[in-house]
Amino acid sequence: MMTTATAYNFAFFDEGSKREIRRATLKAISIPGYQVPFASREMPIARGWGTGGLQLTLSLVGKNDTMKVIDQGADESVNAVNIKKLIENTTGIGKTDETSEATIIQSRHRIPEVPLTKGQILVLQVPLPEPLRAFEASELETKKLHAEKEYSGAWLMLFEQIMKYGNMATDADHPVMVENRYVMAPSPIPRFDNPKMNHSDALILLGAGREKKVYAVPPYTRVVSLAFQDHPFEPESFEGESCKVCGANSVFMDELVEEESGETYYQCNDTSYCIERLNQAQEEGAL
Amino acid sequence: MNEFDSPILSVRHLNKQFGNGCESCRTQNPEQMLKNYCPVCGTVYACKDVSFDVYPGEVLGIVGESGSGKSTLMKCLYFDQEVTSGVAYIHTYKDGKKNLFEESGQYKRYIRNHLMGKVYQNPILGLKMDFSSIGNIAEKLISAGERHVGTMEARGIELLDHVCIPIHRSKEAPKNFSGGMQQRVQIAKALSNKPPLLLLDEVTTGLDLSVQASVLDLIKNLQRELEISIVLVSHDLGVIRMLADRTLVMLEGRVIEQGLTDQILEDPQHQYTQQLVHSLL
Repeated sequence: MMTTATAYNFAFFDEGSKREIRRATLKAISIPGYQVPFASREMPIARGWGTGGLQLTLSLVGKNDTMKVIDQGADESVNAVNIKKLIENTTGIGKTDETSEATIIQSRHRIPEVPLTKGQILVLQVPLPEPLRAFEASELETKKLHAEKEYSGAWLMLFEQIMKYGNMATDADHPVMVENRYVMAPSPIPRFDNPKMNHSDALILLGAGREKKVYAVPPYTRVVSLAFQDHPFEPESFEGESCKVCGANSVFMDELVEEESGETYYQCNDTSYCIERLNQAQEEGAL
Repeated sequence: MNEFDSPILSVRHLNKQFGNGCESCRTQNPEQMLKNYCPVCGTVYACKDVSFDVYPGEVLGIVGESGSGKSTLMKCLYFDQEVTSGVAYIHTYKDGKKNLFEESGQYKRYIRNHLMGKVYQNPILGLKMDFSSIGNIAEKLISAGERHVGTMEARGIELLDHVCIPIHRSKEAPKNFSGGMQQRVQIAKALSNKPPLLLLDEVTTGLDLSVQASVLDLIKNLQRELEISIVLVSHDLGVIRMLADRTLVMLEGRVIEQGLTDQILEDPQHQYTQQLVHSLL
């Protein structure tokens, strides 16, 4: 049921557009990690604000879907809310904050803490899909490098960081090798989330609206973060820290500063995970 | 067969033209051509039927005026440009039975990364100016399959030391270096995975005389130490005389004369070579 009267087709797009995007998506799933060009549409939000992810979501959404949209771990940031509203207004489908209830999760720069399950689809918004761009400016050349599986550039960039800073200093978007074939930009998720891509139960789709590329990690695909023999890949460590609000540890946390005392503290980055834990604690306390 | 009897690199009938050619120039009738340029269709014949061998541990000089096809020949050998026709074999690659020019892009990359090194006249072509010097050397090692940072760092420092770049500048980008230093970093990079074949394209052109001397010295020493084969392109007969064992003389895309360097310089046969040698004196 539609919540608002609208002149738009179901899920904003006309059926032809959906079909074109789905076709690109199918190709992306068939060639894990390969960037498939697609005709990125003009959207009611600006390019660079999640149009790639939004187009994937809109092309896939059906009447029985439940969606969740997060922005850097938060369900209620402006960007996430606006995208949610657009999808809701043009499809009338239900939305949720709970990761386990959603069938489609569109996310900017995080993979949720609650493990994704079979049948779920994670849509990641991507600003820069080309992992070799800083090394080689020409698209024609990077396409050749991918075709010939010539990835010294990706390793060289990591080598340079080790030379400069003593370790691999990628905060986010640490490049991964997909099924031992394509090196892929996992979108700017923290290194902490990289291992979640490996052998994932859920389908992971990545969309770059401005750069007009779609790529995918199908379920149960091998995804390995690039590293050297003597400099292994290491996710961010929060050892000894726990969330100030819910007490969780071994999750990805934000470091915040208490304004009055000037002390730093940590808090879950994934807001719905944090709230869920609080609710659970309350219920258990009430029993 | 003795190893010294079989060449490391054999090139036969290498042709490179820019343009498709036309009725008028296909026969290569000298009357219809302006040097190696066809005035009718604008085709340039940069290399015409070039054949030569390079033997292990040898320095082969290629000399000729600018526009004679020397650099195009080198670009073809390093796969920077595709040949129009011709064959080349490296005797350590697939038993010397596979024409390098017909290999796939992936194999060409393998050959470049494992069997060859090249130093360009312009360091911008051979180096990543914004990456550190040691990173530039590592790039070649990474392409050849190395994945150990410690090993690459040690090798990089060893090589930079070898070409007299101070170690405290090894993490600096070549864009901060002088032309001579950039050229030496390029040489270090080209040598990093001990390629059996090194291609040097006008490496000393544009450097001042003292730097020229030190770069030439360096090349000579490295060649003796590592026993690599070098193809050396220069329009400077002084450089050729100092380094090359044998020399080819090119003119308008053709090899017009070849032989021992001493012979060519002392007793040139072709009119053009005579002129060239004469102008040196």
